[in-house]
Amino acid sequence: MTDTPFIPSRRQALVGALGLGLSIEFLGRTAFAADGAGSNRKLIVVICRGGMDGLSVSPPVGDPNYAALRGPIAIPGFDSPGGALKLDDTFGLHPALAATYRLALKGEARIAPAVATPDRERSHFEAQDVLENGQTTPYATDSGWLNRALQAMGPGKAKAISVGATAPLILRGPVEAASWSPGPGVGRDPRLPAILADLYQHDPLLSRALASGLVTEAAAKVAGADARSALTSINATRGDTIASMGETARPPSQMAAGQMADQADAGGAALRPVLQQGLPVARQLGATLAGFMIQDGGPQLAAVSLDGFDTHANQGGAQGQLATRLAYLDAVLDGVAKGMGPAWKDTAVVVVTEFGRTAHVNGTNGTDHGSASTALLLGGALKQGGIVGGWPTLSQARLFENRDTAPTLDMRGLFKGLLVGQFGMDRRALDTAVFPGSEAVAPTAGLIA
Amino acid sequence: MALDRNLAAAIAVTRFGLGAKPGELIAAQGDPRGWLQAQIRPAQGADQPETPAPDAAARLIEFRDYQRRKRAAEMAHQDFDPVKEIRKMILADAGADFLARTQLAATTDAGFRERWTLFWCNHFTVSATKAQVATLVGPFEAEAIRPHVFGRFEDMLVASSSHPAMLLYLDQAQSVGPDTMAATFMSRGGKHAGLNENLAREIMELHTVGVEAGYTQADVTEFARAMTGWSIGALQEADAGKFRFRPAAHEGGQRTIMGKTYSQPGEAQALAVMKDLAASPHTAHHVSLKLARHFVADDPPPALVARLQRTFQGTHGDLAEVAKTLVLAPEAWSPEAQKFKTPYEFLVSAWRAAGVTPKALPQVAILNALGQKPYSAPSPKGWPEEAEVWCAPDAVIKRMAWAQNLAAQSLNGRDPVQMAGDALGARLTPLVATAIRRSETREEGLAILLMSPEFQRR
Repeated sequence: MTDTPFIPSRRQALVGALGLGLSIEFLGRTAFAADGAGSNRKLIVVICRGGMDGLSVSPPVGDPNYAALRGPIAIPGFDSPGGALKLDDTFGLHPALAATYRLALKGEARIAPAVATPDRERSHFEAQDVLENGQTTPYATDSGWLNRALQAMGPGKAKAISVGATAPLILRGPVEAASWSPGPGVGRDPRLPAILADLYQHDPLLSRALASGLVTEAAAKVAGADARSALTSINATRGDTIASMGETARPPSQMAAGQMADQADAGGAALRPVLQQGLPVARQLGATLAGFMIQDGGPQLAAVSLDGFDTHANQGGAQGQLATRLAYLDAVLDGVAKGMGPAWKDTAVVVVTEFGRTAHVNGTNGTDHGSASTALLLGGALKQGGIVGGWPTLSQARLFENRDTAPTLDMRGLFKGLLVGQFGMDRRALDTAVFPGSEAVAPTAGLIA
Repeated sequence: MALDRNLAAAIAVTRFGLGAKPGELIAAQGDPRGWLQAQIRPAQGADQPETPAPDAAARLIEFRDYQRRKRAAEMAHQDFDPVKEIRKMILADAGADFLARTQLAATTDAGFRERWTLFWCNHFTVSATKAQVATLVGPFEAEAIRPHVFGRFEDMLVASSSHPAMLLYLDQAQSVGPDTMAATFMSRGGKHAGLNENLAREIMELHTVGVEAGYTQADVTEFARAMTGWSIGALQEADAGKFRFRPAAHEGGQRTIMGKTYSQPGEAQALAVMKDLAASPHTAHHVSLKLARHFVADDPPPALVARLQRTFQGTHGDLAEVAKTLVLAPEAWSPEAQKFKTPYEFLVSAWRAAGVTPKALPQVAILNALGQKPYSAPSPKGWPEEAEVWCAPDAVIKRMAWAQNLAAQSLNGRDPVQMAGDALGARLTPLVATAIRRSETREEGLAILLMSPEFQRR
């Protein structure tokens, strides 16, 4: 056992994922146009929370101002060791995004280097809300645009499921959401669920949650995700719970943020064991998500969250805190791409964040809240091509409010382009129901082959 | 307000307090509002968990010592497992702090005082998601929050903003004025030094005026400049691990923030800004809205928010007076329980109902599964309030399984019908009372009580 390499099972992957700050949400439509053109199409939205630094994800190393603005955290040029992975004369990918780069070389990954939501307040909480609610202002609605997209595609037996302990805004809404994570199942008393269902009749929130939870628990049993042994594996891998709050099960980047506060610790050895355990977990999580989606009647829409991108201090360059985080993202994406198998050709993945970060490095070798950032597009369904949207350059005069990458593309246009391309969604529904009041924002053309 | 006294007692203990221990409802019945008011104690502040916790400075020195040993071992190529070491440290320190806090919550006679305190701990969130902060969360609550919960808001704001845990969590400790001696010195040594606006922004957005106040990016940057120099004593300094103002890192000169100019020198400048932020009507509104949302409803009555805001402004942020206004406000006593308990609230109230004191960390393991990892709020905004977040399908299944385990382990032959009366009093509905009476086993009866709508809500 001790010599066996660490290859997590699906269940372990999910258990581990909870501790890595990853969560998956599915939106499924069992009855979705089974005979229609879009019936096999898949769309996965990956949200990188905390404000992911686009200038590190797809460093514009060919931009004449890049190196000076970024100083110690600049990603080296194409020809340097640990340098950016070349996409064109201006842009590369961060060296930690190796699997994404392999897809890019096949025409299955592209970048949109200056995307932003309509929000310009630089508040994490407002910007994430706008990203997920699909509106122009935060707290404008209690539902998420992915949920409303599903509703707009048509009535019927639509269903939604989230994996994780809490429900994210992007999938909250009129289409009912289920959720699941590994645990002890419904417990020892077989009578209790029915008794509670009866008691919850006047409490719609509890009533819906219980009913949905019971259905999912039954499905999980059938799928072999036996709840009782999942609990055993939690206990076996964690030993104790409190440890996970600070160390081994935390996102490595966040652990690094603390440990590297002392600069001598940068790239410290402490990270390595965690990283080595974490990457297979992240890859397996991606593969698990793919596995769910390619089942007969499996979900066509999914959302994945990764946190820990708020790099105010000691962000690192080709290596370091953000690089670690991007390696996780890359592993999840790699797992999805491989796990989809033949269905990858019908799949589109979009990776977004609530806002980018300042063009200038700040006083603590990090970056502060900014505006536009990079969106990554991946999938066999993509149309080949160069960057999506314009590039404003990093010349001082072009920086937004003298500090941030200026937005050239409304994130809603990107999402609309994907929904049109993958599912043939109706423009009017997109303008009014999914992204209300967005008539002026055209779906980005040419994303899907 | 003509609320039946038994019902008022049940609301006082479950909505304002942490849930009823056996006998607690009887204690509150004579004068429910008076029972709550008696828990407000301006002189002493909150209770302190019973832990031999050293202060934040000692914990910080311990962490830095760990970093030093790690570096030494690396340079000497010695065996050193940093993950194991730090895990041990966090488990021993933060684990003990958290357990003590749950024990206080599970046993206190002053449930309202502790709930009020936990609100402020969440308002000024520091989170163990940053390893360096993990062992400081307990000391932060003990030193910066608990002494001030019935004092002046401004004092708590300053205590929080100058505490090492907050200075580290939101990166203030490293922020250096770009035009200072310290910046010049550091850049000569090949280090990049400059502003970090993280804490300044979150003080404005989350702790005081809120984003609706309409401040600009320039206001945030100016406040960040005013805050430069707010730092922590290094290991070799006399005030190691404690707040230290570093004049050499402070960006001198006038600052203009939200239309007001500040020309104070040094540390006093940020203090003056904080004083104005604390006194702003926006802060009074922001804090009042959050209080009403926490205690009464996710979408609280505007009249209640206005009432709290008037007291906050009228008393210059006297939190004892705000607490008194809250417990006397008629809008806060709606018979309908609208708040869905967070995982921590559910566990604590279940332990109180069952008369259980958690004795070991594995007893709080369920918090991870329910999405509320100990001391690890996901962001500086703290834990969310909304029922929709916590009442996810999976979470309800997990609460159900946990409730059955607790019932099996803690019942000791007691009568669940009696326990239901002790826990919910007049809030117990006939529907649930009947279901408990008809249960096939006593364990099932207790599980029904814990999972009933009136127990899940407050």
